[in-house]
Amino acid sequence: MSDYLEKLDHVTDAADPAYGDTEIQNYTINFGPQHPAAHGVLRLVMELEGEIVERCDPHVGLLHRGTEKLIEYKTYMQALPYFDRLDYCSPLGMEHSYVLAVEKLLNLEVPVRAQYLRVFFAELTRICNHMLNLGSHVMDVGAMTPNLWLFEIREDCLNFFERASGARMHSAYFRPGGVHQDVPLKLLTDIADWLDTRLPRLFEDAMSLVVDNRIFKQRNVDIAIVSKEDALKWGFSGPMLRGSGIAWDIRKAQPYDVYDRMDFDIPVGTAYDCYDRFMVRVEEVRQSARIMKQCLNEMPEGPIASFDRKVSPPKRGEMKRSMEALIHHFKLYTEGFHVPAGEVYVATESPKGEFGVYLVSDGSNKPYRCKIRPTAFSHLQAMDFMMKGHMLADTTAVLGAMDIVFGECDR
Amino acid sequence: MAHSAPKIVNPQGIAEEIGALLGSMLIETVDHADELTFTVVRDDLANAMVALRDMGHYQQLMEIAGVDYPERPERFEVAYHLLSVTRNHRVRVKVSTDEDTPVPTVTHLWPVAGWLEREVFDMYGVVFDGNTDLRRILTDYGFKGHPQRKDFPLTGYVELRYSEEDKRVVYEPVKLAQDFRSFDFMSPWEGAQYVLPGDEKAAAPAAPAAPAAAPTPKATESKADTGAGDAANKKAEDKSGDAPAKPAAATDEGKGAAKPEDKA
Repeated sequence: MSDYLEKLDHVTDAADPAYGDTEIQNYTINFGPQHPAAHGVLRLVMELEGEIVERCDPHVGLLHRGTEKLIEYKTYMQALPYFDRLDYCSPLGMEHSYVLAVEKLLNLEVPVRAQYLRVFFAELTRICNHMLNLGSHVMDVGAMTPNLWLFEIREDCLNFFERASGARMHSAYFRPGGVHQDVPLKLLTDIADWLDTRLPRLFEDAMSLVVDNRIFKQRNVDIAIVSKEDALKWGFSGPMLRGSGIAWDIRKAQPYDVYDRMDFDIPVGTAYDCYDRFMVRVEEVRQSARIMKQCLNEMPEGPIASFDRKVSPPKRGEMKRSMEALIHHFKLYTEGFHVPAGEVYVATESPKGEFGVYLVSDGSNKPYRCKIRPTAFSHLQAMDFMMKGHMLADTTAVLGAMDIVFGECDR
Repeated sequence: MAHSAPKIVNPQGIAEEIGALLGSMLIETVDHADELTFTVVRDDLANAMVALRDMGHYQQLMEIAGVDYPERPERFEVAYHLLSVTRNHRVRVKVSTDEDTPVPTVTHLWPVAGWLEREVFDMYGVVFDGNTDLRRILTDYGFKGHPQRKDFPLTGYVELRYSEEDKRVVYEPVKLAQDFRSFDFMSPWEGAQYVLPGDEKAAAPAAPAAPAAAPTPKATESKADTGAGDAANKKAEDKSGDAPAKPAAATDEGKGAAKPEDKA
C-alpha cells in the first residue's frame, strides 16, 4: 500500500525505477546501405525518439561512378550508353533527354516514324519502370503477391526491348537523329495484342489486390503529406509533383517528339500523401498504354533516322555499294560528329520525373560538360522534411512512393 | 520544322522584362537555341533570385550546374536553371567565380538548393556562403580533390581494393597497366596541330646558343681555360707547374653552355 501511495506522490526509488522515471535519450540508427527496402545503396542516418523519426540524413554517393566526368572524354555517340546505366529501371527515358539535347544543339530534324517509335518505347519504359516501383512499394509495406504479378509484366516489357534493340535493359536504342533500327511489324502487332489482353488483365488483377486493401491504406494514407508550396520549393517533379496536386507534365506543357499529337490525361493527387503518389503512377500506366495504342494506330512508314550522314550512320547494305557511305561510317565511328558550340538544358518527363541534361559544347566531337539532372536527388533531399514526426516503419512507404534508383541519383 | 526537343515558347518581350527586373544586377543576356541565359553580378545573386522567384514567377529551382573553364580568370561558372510552372518557361541564371571567392547561397529561397550546392562544392570546390551544411555528397568519405575540375585526371589519384592480409579495404595510388589512350580526331583542315613527342625541341632553336654564352666573357687567365681539351690541359700542366690544375668536370661545364640541347 505504501508503494502505491509513494507512486501517487511521485516519490521515486532509484533502485527500482518505474515507467517514466528514467530519461530515455534519442538514439541514432543506420538504415542501409544494405537494407532491402533502401532500393539500392542508400544509407539513412536517422535520429529516433522512441519510434518517431526526429531527423533523417540520407548519405548518397555510394554508387557514384563519375559518369559526367567519363562523358567528357567520350564522343557524343559513345556517351549515349552511359545514360542507360543511370536509371537502369527506365533506360530509354534517360536516353531520350540526351538525344534531344544533342539534336537541339545540332538543330537536327528527326523523321516522323522515328519520333513515333521513340514515344512508343518511352511509354513502354514508363510501364516497365512503374511495374518495378509499384511492386516494390507494395512489397515494402508487406504484400508479396502483387509484386510477383507485376514482375510478369516487366518481364514482357524487357522481352519487347530485347526484340527491338537486342538488349533487355541497356538498349542504346535512341540515337541522335532517330533510333538505331526499325522494328519488325510482328513486334508491333505482338505489343498491340499484349496491350489489349495481357497487360490490362495482369495489371488490373494486381491492383485490385492492393488499392482497396485495408493494410495498404493504413500504411500509406496520410503518410508524408507534401503541400503544393513545399513540393515546388523542394524541386519535386513527375509523379511526386502531381501527387501534390500540381498538374504539371512536361509531355503536355513542353511537348517533345510527337507528344503534342497524343491524347492523354494527367492524374493528380487530392490528399498529397504516399497513397496519392502510388495512385498517380497506377493511372499513368493506363495512360501510357493509351499513348502506345495511339502510336500504333498513327505510326507512318518511312525512315527511322535522319539522312544527315554527318550525324547518322548509313546502313550496312549501303556501305557495301557506296564509297561515300563507307567513309561516313568510318568517320562517325572513329571521330564521331562535331556539335556546334553552345549550351542547352533539355528536360523530359522520365518515368520518375524531370530528367534533364545540361549539355555544353565547345564545337568539338566531345561534350565539354554534360550535367545530368537526376530526379531522385531533389526527392531524396526532402526525405528529412517528409519523415519528421513519422514512425520508423513509415520510412519504407515514403521511400517506395519516391521511386528512387541509385544509378541515377549518384551518377 | 527542326529539332523535336521540348518546345518552350519565349513569351513576347520576356528578355526585356527580366532585364528590367534585374536592373543593375544583370551583366549579360544571351539568347541561344531559344534558351535565355542571364549572367548576374555574383554578390547580387540572392537578390536576383528573389526578384525572379517573386516577381518573375519562377517557382522552381531545378538544377545548379558547375562548369570549369580553366583559361578564364574566374574559372568556374555556376548555372542555375529555373522553371516557372505557371508561365511554362525556363531561364538560366549564371554567375562566375574562382576557387576562393564564395557564391551567395540560395538555400533560404529554395531548400532544394542545399544538396545541389553541396554537389557543386564537391565536384568543383566552389564555396557557397551561407550554406550551413556544405559537406561532400557524391564522393567517398574522406575524398580529397574536386573531380570535375578539368585539371583532375580521369583516373583519379587513388584506387581501393580489398586486402586479404589486412581484412579490410585499402587505398593505394592508381597504377595503370596501360596509359590512357587519348585520340585526337581533329581534321587537318580545321587547324589540327600534329605534335609528336620531341617536336618542341625542333621549335626551340629559334633562339640560338650564342646569346647564352655572352654573359661569361671569354678569358684565358690560366692555360686550363683555353678550351683545348683534356689532353692539351695535361700537356699545359706538365709545361708550367705554376698554373693550378682544374678538375675536368669544371671545364666541361664552361663549354656546355654552347650545347643547343640545353636550351630546350
